[in-house]
Parts: sequence; structure tokens; C-alpha cells
Amino acid sequence: MAHAAIELKGIDKSFGSVHANRNISLTIPAGTIHGIIGENGAGKSTLMSILYGFYQADRGEIFVKGERAAILSSSDAIARGIGMVHQHFMLVHNFTVLENVILGAEGEPLLKTSIAKARSELNRLERDYGLEVDPDAIIEDLPVGLQQRVEILKALYRGAEILILDEPTGVLTPAEADHLFRILLQLKKEGKTIVLITHKLREIMAVTDNVSVMRQGALVATRKTAETTVEELAELMVGRRVLLRVEKSPVSAGDVLLSVRNLTVRDSRGVTMVDGVSFDVRAGEIVGIAGVAGNGQTELLETITGIREAASGSVFLAGRPVAVTGGADPADLRERGMAHVPEDRHHMGLVLPFEENENAILGYHRQKKYLKGPFLDIDAIRQDAREKIEKYDIRPADCRLKTANFSGGNQQKIVLSREMEQDPDVLIVGQPTRGVDVGAIEFIHRRLVEMRDKGKAVLLVSVELDEIRSLSDRILVMFSGRIVGERGPDATEGELGLLMAGVEGKEAAA
Amino acid sequence: MQLFDTLVFLLDSTVRLSVPLLLAALAGLYSERSGVFDIGLEGKMLAGAFAAGAAAAVTGSAWVGLIAAVAISLLLSLVHGFASITHRGNQIVSGVAINFIAAGSTIILGQAWFSQGGRTPLLSDDARLGAIRLPFAEAVADVPIIGQIYSDLLSGHSILAYVAFLMVPFTWWVLFRTRFGLRLRAVGENPAAVDTAGISVAWLRYRAVMCTGILTGLAGTYLALSQNAGFVKDMTAGRGFIALAALIFAKWRPVPVMFACLLFGFLDAFSIRIQGTPLPFIGQVPVQFMQALPYILTVVLLAGFIGQAIPPRAGGVPYVKER
Amino acid sequence: MSAPYAKLPAWADYGLIPLINLTVAFIVAGLVVLLVGENPLRAAVILVDGALGRGQAIAYTLYYATSFIFTGLAVAVAFHCSLFNIGGEGQAYVGGLGVALACLAFDRVFPWWLTFPIAIAGAAVFGAAWALIPAYLQARRGSHIVITTIMFNFIAASLMVYLLVNVLKPPTLQAPSTRTFLEGGQLPKLNFMIEAMGLSVRSSPFNVSFLLALLAAFLVWVLIWRTRLGYEIRTRGHSPKAARYAGIGEARIIIVTMLISGALAGMMALNPVMGDQNRLQIDFVTGAGFVGIAVALMGRSHPAGIVPAAILFGMLYQGGAELAFEMPGISRDMIVIIQGLVILFAGALEHMFRPSLQTLFATVRPASVGAKAERAGGV
Repeated sequence: MAHAAIELKGIDKSFGSVHANRNISLTIPAGTIHGIIGENGAGKSTLMSILYGFYQADRGEIFVKGERAAILSSSDAIARGIGMVHQHFMLVHNFTVLENVILGAEGEPLLKTSIAKARSELNRLERDYGLEVDPDAIIEDLPVGLQQRVEILKALYRGAEILILDEPTGVLTPAEADHLFRILLQLKKEGKTIVLITHKLREIMAVTDNVSVMRQGALVATRKTAETTVEELAELMVGRRVLLRVEKSPVSAGDVLLSVRNLTVRDSRGVTMVDGVSFDVRAGEIVGIAGVAGNGQTELLETITGIREAASGSVFLAGRPVAVTGGADPADLRERGMAHVPEDRHHMGLVLPFEENENAILGYHRQKKYLKGPFLDIDAIRQDAREKIEKYDIRPADCRLKTANFSGGNQQKIVLSREMEQDPDVLIVGQPTRGVDVGAIEFIHRRLVEMRDKGKAVLLVSVELDEIRSLSDRILVMFSGRIVGERGPDATEGELGLLMAGVEGKEAAA
Repeated sequence: MQLFDTLVFLLDSTVRLSVPLLLAALAGLYSERSGVFDIGLEGKMLAGAFAAGAAAAVTGSAWVGLIAAVAISLLLSLVHGFASITHRGNQIVSGVAINFIAAGSTIILGQAWFSQGGRTPLLSDDARLGAIRLPFAEAVADVPIIGQIYSDLLSGHSILAYVAFLMVPFTWWVLFRTRFGLRLRAVGENPAAVDTAGISVAWLRYRAVMCTGILTGLAGTYLALSQNAGFVKDMTAGRGFIALAALIFAKWRPVPVMFACLLFGFLDAFSIRIQGTPLPFIGQVPVQFMQALPYILTVVLLAGFIGQAIPPRAGGVPYVKER
Repeated sequence: MSAPYAKLPAWADYGLIPLINLTVAFIVAGLVVLLVGENPLRAAVILVDGALGRGQAIAYTLYYATSFIFTGLAVAVAFHCSLFNIGGEGQAYVGGLGVALACLAFDRVFPWWLTFPIAIAGAAVFGAAWALIPAYLQARRGSHIVITTIMFNFIAASLMVYLLVNVLKPPTLQAPSTRTFLEGGQLPKLNFMIEAMGLSVRSSPFNVSFLLALLAAFLVWVLIWRTRLGYEIRTRGHSPKAARYAGIGEARIIIVTMLISGALAGMMALNPVMGDQNRLQIDFVTGAGFVGIAVALMGRSHPAGIVPAAILFGMLYQGGAELAFEMPGISRDMIVIIQGLVILFAGALEHMFRPSLQTLFATVRPASVGAKAERAGGV
């Protein structure tokens, strides 16, 4: 074999304080399917965006087919035979397939000849690779599976020898995914090199020749797929972190305070994000929902808390129904004792340009204790904020400071203090420690357990397996919008990792 | 025959009144289709009209006037581009600013240079883009109906009127039959798709706003050198906004833009014609109602009561690579 | 890309950058003066003297400023909800109708101080009503409020001409306007305030509505920063997602904000209609609605910034009139240019100088700036 298709040497990239890629070196042999696996935020997409010229690395070198390549823009990457299928399709929704395929590769100023040329070329590609799609169909009329096919055709039309696919099956049904894998194997047979980014182990095992594991911006291992196991990969992916075990008394669960029944949620495009989910959370227990990000957890939380509408199903709060299919008001739910620490702290949980004390009442700003008639009781609000700052050790201890100027951990404490100090019966928590430093993580975990010990029902969604395992009394695993399994707190990482990756165990049914 | 004469006369003024609307609306079409909203059509048209009037007055050449108009209008469109493409500023704010800068400076400079209360000197026919007689127009004028339509309605307009109507199929052709048009439409819907295809989003949008500048320059020229004999203070009188309304009304498509401009032009011509005369069945229609009708129709359309006007998806949003 | 980068201190953010933007706007305006063949510095001196040099001039400056405070506040309130209300011009115009109806109905029976509150209510209600349809269409049907408010400016102009010509004009009058209000529909002048400072005012339109404008500025501050409603407006303005999370109904808050904005724009009409001309006539708004955009941008949507910005524009209007006497090349329309330039540099190009300033700060005192940001953000 001559040169490797791609060789990365010491790629390093930071966004502000986030170190997205740490000194990554990787060789991808030509004519293979190479998987890159890792949790969300592990840096996979950043690495591939650097390869495709969307970002430039701070340090490091890229070699394509043995040649050192300066890839400063996507057009450089395209010229070197690199094509990419993005996670969010880069298609023009109201263009035809043909128009999307030729965009940027028209060849000449007039479309007539380039369209005719593209049509015959597209015919050939369709035949060779089994990529049938009507060239005159409008993109938005096509199902996502076919839209993805258009993305692949786009890359091939540009003569891509190396094809990067970023989470290609995230939006596909299992049958569509299987079809995709057949296409990928066909492409490999034709001599193309394929890089497959995913967090699903099943896919890695199904189609790849080699697999690299990324964790927290670093590349931690590369294996031949045939010589590794799902268990090993799951462990490498999650990492053997120091377990931050929290002291917990044995669970003494009481009445059901939150009850979810057959909840189905669709997004604005009509894609089913939550698919017939049912579960209960009792007083005095923490129920953790594990899963890789993007499997419906966000939609589940937003629906339960009244921010998003459900397509069908029902939710009961302390036995009384919540109007999840229309008309639910988050403010009303707060009054009924449901508090919510949202996943998206920056845009939802906080208003970053606000002063700290203003954020300390967000959602509770209609309570009498913060108001004097229609006016805000500024003194009461600030006094209240100062007390929470003290109690939750929020730093700097300045309730007039702009919220954007607090660190991630302290911002999260602002949200937590607001939601917990309302003494809710049900606490809904999403990604409580994302972007939070270690000291604050411990603090937040202790507080959550305290809430449980006080007899509150806590629903915890997290992509951090450690967190789920150390806090939960029961663990539900969510995959592709469904609850695919329930485990006790003693479940092993490997076991949960498999469920999270969509590999259904024999005893997986809840 | 009386009725027919009236009709031809009415349609003739419809055409005349539609031309500046059409040029300006097509101008806006290029910019907005590329994802850059432009409420500064009015200002660019006004500045163009002034430049045309001033340059034609000084040099005595209509063509120099036309070039000056296009140059000034182009400059303002580049300011809009600089603010909204390069600096990712608010496109509405930038458009408002350009309208004011044009409104103020045309008066100030006009007064300073020509001292006629903001007017430019009255132009002689040589310095104007006057009516063109189409071949045989005289000869067939007496042929009933067809001859009259040919000589009165089709013939006898400024070269820019013909350019404006030819711009309709041309714009359609550019938009749907050329590489530039394909990319222009794409960048207005999904700039990320254009970016990942290896095309510069900024340069593409700059070219689009430059097209806008050229066409608003022509619209201004028509006002100053064809419809009138020189620049008059505030001579656009809201036409830039009617053009914007026509563009929305036509849902950003070239051929419907022409019909929308003809409709709005007709309403204008009609309201001038019927001033004071009651209409059958309806009675007296206030002239102000006729003047407001284009705006009312546009609001009704925007409200979604007669079909939806869906703007280009990326319109108004500066392009930032997502992190 | 990897140039040194620093967070700017607050004084640079709120003081230095607006100052730079404003300075650039005035420098470019100076270039226009040069183009006209006059000396920009001399023009500036005449302008300032013309605006503030005599009691009479100050009175006129404040008269203009009164209108701009109202329209500036109107734009600013909408900005806080991240709505762009370009319709101030039309809302003020229709607001004038409310003022006129109140005055026509009560000027015979009431003294001015009884007519005034009715006129205020009339102005506010009519202005708000004119903002209601665009607001409703934005909130419920997603129609772009910028476009609808522009359209409503033109519709207002046609409507008012129609009403003045066909309905409100007494048959005895030639010009389309209402009859002149009697004393019960005329606001008292405030010239005595300036005379109290030892300056003389012969006659000026400076009237009681100035005090109302200051009160409105204070009330807007209270509304935005001290009431529950203002809190909800700001929340939706900064982050629609956070507003949804907090249970703040989007449609309601858009409509309420626009009603307040329209009411403030409508109240602008009190100043010229009831305070000066004492009748409703065509085009009495004369662009004040648009000046409000520049005033709000310059005042950064804060009443404490809007009042001085409005006074600055009042100075430009009054001084500009004087300037036109002294320098024949320059008319009051110079202000329109300055207005446009302020909107351009303080609005659309707001951030043009930020990156270079940040680089400058980072290179001048990298350690201190970095450390300060660190401390503010550190745990």
C-alpha cells in the first residue's frame, strides 16, 4: 500500500477556553472505513471540520495521500478529494436534487450544459453505488434518508476519494441506516476511504475496519475493529474516571409525584424525538436518564416542564394532569411545585446580560415576595439573591454583577439555588454539571442528594455516566427517543454503555 | 372610441409610473434573494436621481448622468454591504441610515451646488433620456386599436423603460439559468451550504448588493432624466418602499414582480385619472385610499390572508460560521 | 484570529465605543460640510451658538427635544423586547388625531389642565391603536414588524390627509387642518423657566409637554427596570428561549410592548399639536418619528441616554436653522444627514471599532485586563 489516505500530526485546536482537540495524531489507510467514536463534546466533529477546512487548527499538520496539505477552506479540501456529509445537512431546502449536487461545482457560467452533464453523471453514480434518488425532486419533499443520499452524491460528484460522515445515522431509521452501511461498503469496494464519526458502537462494529476513540478532546486509542470488543470500546469511550461517589442513605421512595405515560414528542419537522415514553418518579428518589445526547432527552425534559408541546401522551404532577399536549404553562407548573434546571443554561436557564439577582428570580418573578404591586421589590430581590449567594457559595459574591461574568460552575449554582430554594416537590434537572469545574460538581451532587433525602422526586438527565451512576436510585437508558432499559444503581458502565449505544441486551426490556 | 382612448392613456401612464418601481423592485430582488434585506432602496434611488440630475446638468450629457447615478447608488449599496456583510450589523438599521443620508445630502448638495432650493437645473432635451419612437410608430398610428396600442402604448418611452421591462426576463434568466443565480438563491436560503461547497458567502453577497446598486441607480436616472427634466427634492416620494412592497407582494420572483409593479403603477395612474369622479357601484373613492392601497395589500399579504409571503430563509441574518 | 483579545472594561463598552462611533459620525458630517464649501469648525460653532447662545434658542432646542424624547423612548421600549418599531412616525401622526379630538371636544368647556389629561390619553390610545395591528400580526402570524410598521406609516399618512381634507377641515378654511383650538386646548408655555435663569425669550413653542416628556422618560425607566412587566420585556428581548422557560407568553409580551411603544410615539403629538400649532395639520410630525431611531440608538435605549441624545438632536434642529441663515449652502436638512450617520455608526456599524479596541486594550495592558476578567469569572 502506498500512502495513507490521511495523516494528521499533532492537531491542536481551542475555542476560547475550550480545548476541543489536544495534540491529535491519526493515520487513516486508503481504502478503509475508519470509525471515530466518542461521547458528545469529545472533539470528533471539530477534528473533521478542521480536515474539511471549516476551521483551521492552531497547531499541527495534515497530509493527504502523502502530501502535506494546507487546507484553509472547504474548497481546498474539495480540491484534495475530501468530501463531507455534515450532521446537519448542508442542502438548500427549496432546490432540486440536481441543483444541490452541482452547487459550487457547476463548471461553467451557464447551467444548461452543467445540468445536463450532472444528470448523466448522477445516473452513473446512482447505478454504481445504489444511490437512487429522483434528480428533479425538491429537497424538502424528500425523507431525511434520501436527503443524506444527496449529500453523499454531492461529495462523489466532486470526485471525493475520502468521504467523512458526521453522525450519519442520527436521523435515520434502522432500515435506512442498514442501507447506508451497504452503500458505504460498496464505496469501499470502489477504493474510497471513509471516515465515520459516530457515538453508536453497533455501527462501528458493523462496518469499520479500524476505530479510533476520542475522549475530552484527545485521541485515546486506535484499534482494529476485528480485534476489539464492544465492551472495550465502551470503556475507552467513557473512560475510567475517578468516581465521585456521593454518600447516600438507602432509598426510601414514597408516593409517585411525577408520572409520564406514553409521551410522544415530535420536532418542528415532524421527526419523532420522544417515542411513547412512560415512567414514574417517586418522592425521595433520584431517577437518572442515561443516554448519548440527542436521543430525545432534551425534548422529554422540555415537554414535561411545559416548554414544548407533546404530540400525545400524558404527564401527571402529584396525581394531577399536566396539559402537555397544549396549554401547559411553565409558570403554572412552578406554582404546582415543579422546578426545572434546564440543560441549556446559557440561553434558557439564564439571561446572561442580566444582573445575578435578576436571574435569581427568573420564572419566579411573579411571586408576591419579589413584588410590590406591579413593581419589582428590588431590596427583597437583592436580599434574597445575597442569601442564596451565601448559602450556595456563589463567587464572586456580588449580586449586581452581570451573569455572563460568572464561571460556568457559578452560573449553574445560580440556577440551582433559584430552583432548589423554592422548595419544589419535583425537581427536573438536565446536565447539571456540564461545563462545571470539579469543586462545583461535588457541591451540586451533594445538593441533589439532599433534595432526595428531603423527600423530593428528582428526575436527572445527564450524558455523564458517572454522574448518573453515583446519584441515581434507578437508571433509565434512553436511545433514539425510547426508554430501552432500566437498571439499578449498581449497573456497570459497560452494561449501560451498550444500552446507550443501542445494542439491546437480552434483559434490556424495562 | 372614447373609452378606448381613455384606456390606452391609462395604461400608458401605468407603464410610465411602473418603470421606477420595477427597476427598484428588481434591484431589491437581487439583494434580498442573497439574504441581505434592503429597506434602503428609497435612499439609493434618491441619491441616484440626484447624481443623474446633477451630472447631466453639469455635463449636458444624459449618459454621464446615468453613469454618475449608478456610481453613487453602487457606493451606497457597498456601504450597506460593508455594514451588514463585513461587520454583520443590523440590516434594517443600515438601510434606515442610508435612506436618511441620501435624503439629507441630496438636498444639501443640491442647494450648495445649484442654489435652486434643492432642485438641479432644468435639463434640455439633449441631456435627458427622452422618448424613443419605435419604427413605423407614426405610420401605423391611425390603424385602429392595434396601431394605437403600438404607437401610443408600446412606443414613445424612455430607453430605461424598455431596459426595465427587459430586465424582467433577464433577471429570471440570471436567477434560474446561470451559475451566479443558482449560488445567489442558495446563499439566501442556506449560506452554510454555499460555504461548505467552497464558495465565499461574503463575496457572493457583495456581488448581489452591487446588482442592487446598479439597478437602483437606473431607477433614479429614470426619475430624473426621463420622467422629469432634472432632480427635484425628495422626488422618490416613497417609491422605494412601494417597490419593496411589490417585491414582497411578488414573493421575491421576477415575473410576478413585474405584475405587482404594474398593478401598483396602475393604481397610481387610476387614482390620478379618477380624481373626483365617482365610480359605478362604489361611488366616490378617496384618492388617499388609492394611494394607500399598495401598502394595505402588502400588509394583508404579510398577514397570510392571501397566500404566504415567505422571505428567503437566511434573509436578515448575518452569516456566522457555527461553532 | 489569534490576535490578542480582551474583554473590554465597562467604561469602554458604555462610554468609549459610543463616543468613538459618534465622533466618526460627526467627522463624516464635517466632510459633507467641506464638500459644500464651508468650514466645518465654523459651522459647528454657529450651530452650538444657534442652539444654546440665547434664551430664545434654548427654548426652541428644548421644544424640538421634547418630541424626540417621546419618539426615542418609543423606539427604545420596543428595542428592549428586540422589536424594531419603525412606525413611530405613523403612530405619532395618528396620535395627533387623538389630541385634536380631545381638544376639539373640550376646549370650549374645560381649562387646559383638564383637557390635557384627556389629550394625553387620546394621544396614547390612538398611537397604541396604530401599533396594535403590526404587533398582532407579528405576535400571531409572524409578519415582519419592520415591514408592517413601514407600511403603516404610509397608510397613516393617507388616512390623516383624508380625514383632514374630508372630515376635520371646517368649510371656512382653505388649508387642510382643524380649526384652531381655544384656550382650553392650548398648553401653556414654559418660557418662564428659561427667563428665570436670567435669559430672555421673546416667544417660543417651548411648552408643558416637555415636563411630560421628562416624566415619561422617568416612567419608562421605572417600567423597564423596576416593574414585573419590564422584567418580562427585557427577558424576551435578550432571550426568547429564557422567556418561554420562565412562562412569559411571547404573543402577549410583543403586543403589550408595542402598545406602550405606540402610546409613547403618539404622545409626541401633544408637543406640536397642543403645545405649538394649536390645530392639527398635515405632516406635523416632520420626521420626528424617525429621529427617534437615531436617538434610541445613540442613547443605548436607556432614558438617561435618550434625554441627552434628544437634546443633542434638538440642538441640531434649532442650531441647524440658524446655520442656514449664516451659511447659505447649509440648510436644516444637514440634520437628516447627521441623523443617518449616527444611525449608521452608532447602529449598523456599532461594533466596527470593537475588535481593534480590544486588540489595543490587550496589547496595552494584557496582564491587568486578563487578570481582571479571570477574577470576575474564576471560582
